[in-house]
Amino acid sequence: MELVIDRWIHVLAGVTWIGLLYYFNFIQVPGLGKAKADGTAAGITKHIAPNALLWFRMAAAVTWLTGAVYLERGSFGMHAAFTLSGAAAPIGIGAWMGTIMLFNVWVLIWPNQKKVLGLVEASDEDKAKAARTAFLASRTNTMLSIPMLFFMISGTPAHTMGVFG
Amino acid sequence: MNPLDSIAGTIIAGVVLTVVFYYVARALVG
Repeated sequence: MELVIDRWIHVLAGVTWIGLLYYFNFIQVPGLGKAKADGTAAGITKHIAPNALLWFRMAAAVTWLTGAVYLERGSFGMHAAFTLSGAAAPIGIGAWMGTIMLFNVWVLIWPNQKKVLGLVEASDEDKAKAARTAFLASRTNTMLSIPMLFFMISGTPAHTMGVFG
Repeated sequence: MNPLDSIAGTIIAGVVLTVVFYYVARALVG
């Protein structure tokens, strides 16, 4: 039962994380470009983006932690998954992608977004560099989410041999 | 040009990665 609850929270947090990732990439970034052009960007950068980023990075952390618990206590074990051993390789590939994505959120996206949004001091040149780094890290995560989700759903014991065997 | 600069390029790159890693996973599962 504990594992089911863990997996339930993993999926809830994952939906929140990836949902906000898609919101940033498909809605906010293109919308912000238009909002800057007509002088209405402040509403987004001041009232929406900081709150969305808070939910985004916390959901990322919860998704990874509950995923790690499920990997360790589930059928494969974290060691077999992260060393891509045998039948654990598909979920291990998904776990590696999720781990890279978590790194991107906390190390590349959040610190650089703080500069872009003016939450920390930065020169205009620093802000431009930070915006590009955060953008590419966010786009990398959007790209990785596609195979990550495939391996997340196909890497469970019920499907592994049918899909990869 | 960086494919990640467009949404379409990002999605296509993700699908290509999925196919590549599918065959990697198949080889690892044996």
